[in-house]
Formats: sequence, C-alpha cells, structure tokens
Amino acid sequence: MKPLILTLLLGLALPAFADRMPPPANTPASYKAECSSCHMAFQPALLTANDWRKTMNGLKDHFGTDATVDMPKQQEITSFLERNAGDISKLGSAGEPPRITQTARFIRKHREIPVKYWKDPRIKSAANCEACHRGAAEGNYSERDILIPELR
Amino acid sequence: MRALTALCLLLTSFASQAETPQQIRQSYASEAAAQQAGFTASAQRGEALFRQRFSNNDKMPSCTSCHTDSPVKPGQHAITGKAVRPLAVSANAERFTDLAKTEKWFGRNCKEVIGRACTPAEKSDFVAYMSEVR
Repeated sequence: MKPLILTLLLGLALPAFADRMPPPANTPASYKAECSSCHMAFQPALLTANDWRKTMNGLKDHFGTDATVDMPKQQEITSFLERNAGDISKLGSAGEPPRITQTARFIRKHREIPVKYWKDPRIKSAANCEACHRGAAEGNYSERDILIPELR
Repeated sequence: MRALTALCLLLTSFASQAETPQQIRQSYASEAAAQQAGFTASAQRGEALFRQRFSNNDKMPSCTSCHTDSPVKPGQHAITGKAVRPLAVSANAERFTDLAKTEKWFGRNCKEVIGRACTPAEKSDFVAYMSEVR
C-alpha cells in the first residue's frame, strides 16, 4: 500500500518538476549583464552544449544584432552555458542557427498555443518567455502561472 | 589632458556605478570640445537625436522603437518584446551612472539604429536630454 501511495505521489509531482527550471546557483554576473538586456537570461538547460557553443561563436550576427562581448566574458559565459547545458535527448534539434523556440521540446510544450497569440503585441516573440510565464526568469514555467488570462 | 580625464573616469568606473550622469555628460563634452572648440551639450539636440528616424534598420528606425516616445516611460524591445526600464534619469536613477555601461550601450545601439558610432557630441547631448527630461 505504501509503495502505491509513493508512486501516486511521484506521478503527481513529476509534471511540476518538468515546469521548474531554476537558473544555476553559480550563474556569473556577466551572463545576466551581457545576455539579459534584450531578452531574458535563458536557462542554460534550454539548449545543448553544442548549440550554446554555436550561439556564442556567432554573436557578431546574433539574429541580426551585433551582440559581441569581450574575450574574458565570452569565455566565462560559454563555459557556464556548456557546464549547465541541456540534454539532446530531451531537447531535440534546435535548427540552424540554434533557436530555443525551434527545439522539439519547446514546440511540443507549446503546440496548443494558437498562432494569433504569438503575434499579440504583448508577446511579440516566442523568445519573450516572460510575456506569459511571469516567473520564467526564476525558472517557473508552470501552466498555472501563465500571465495572459486567455492563454491559461 | 583628455587622456587624463578619461583615465580618471576609467579608474573610478572600476568601482561600479561610480559616476553621475553629470560627470558622464561632461566627459563626452570635453571629448567633443577637443574636436569642436566651444562645444557645450544641448538637451534639445539630444532630444532631436532621440526622435530622429534613420533608414538603417526597418525594425528599429529610431531610439523610440524600443524606448517609446517618452523616455520617462518603460519601453519594450522591438524584436524580443523584453521590457526595458525608462531611459530618463528622473524615472530610473541607475541610468548613466556607469561610464563603461553607457559606452557599451551607445556602442551597440548607435551601430544598430543609426548604422555608425555616435560622436562624443551626440553622446553628450543625449545624456544631457536624458538627465533633464521629466
């Protein structure tokens, strides 16, 4: 009986785990300073190490913007992202250039979202996690905490 | 002398947020005066630059594309939608208090919006406007 209860509890807890992705405790200040002005400081687990390397090597043309950083910061940020990167078996391919929003995991998680929502001026871009997931920067992607009421 | 001023500002900038908007504006104004005798910063010219539309970038034709028409209001990144805190010092006391950070953002945004680096005169005018606007 006891194992059954435990199994049930675990079953209930798993979906919650899947929506929690707190930023690593050792996140360097440079990551926040350099990477979270134009978009939020995406959790490293959202891309694989290989895709982060490609991203960091392509900052000169970062989705149309020159986002280059100086060499010490480039190294510090790249190694932080590599150390905490996500698993290819969970994420799937992120395309070329790699985009978090093109990973199989992202697409699967958002397949119920109608196209018109992505174009909503409050959302603007699929990379704007915080438009709907108000706790995204702290790693809360729970469906219960979605900001725009009609998206609940 | 200019190099000395720059060096002093650089040294103080190691202790982050060591500058005031006034100092940063003055630092750019001194640089501009070295190229153009008698230069003084103008908030009015700064505002004109803030509102000017350039043909370099369709998505961000002017500063207002992300920072809105009013520097005292929060903005939104034109592409990513990320919230941007107000540029005006009266609405956001952190603005223009770190020379290195100010330089970094003039560097990135002038290139992205105007398609070239901003001149010391433009930077000085811009800081003057952002320090005065309410």
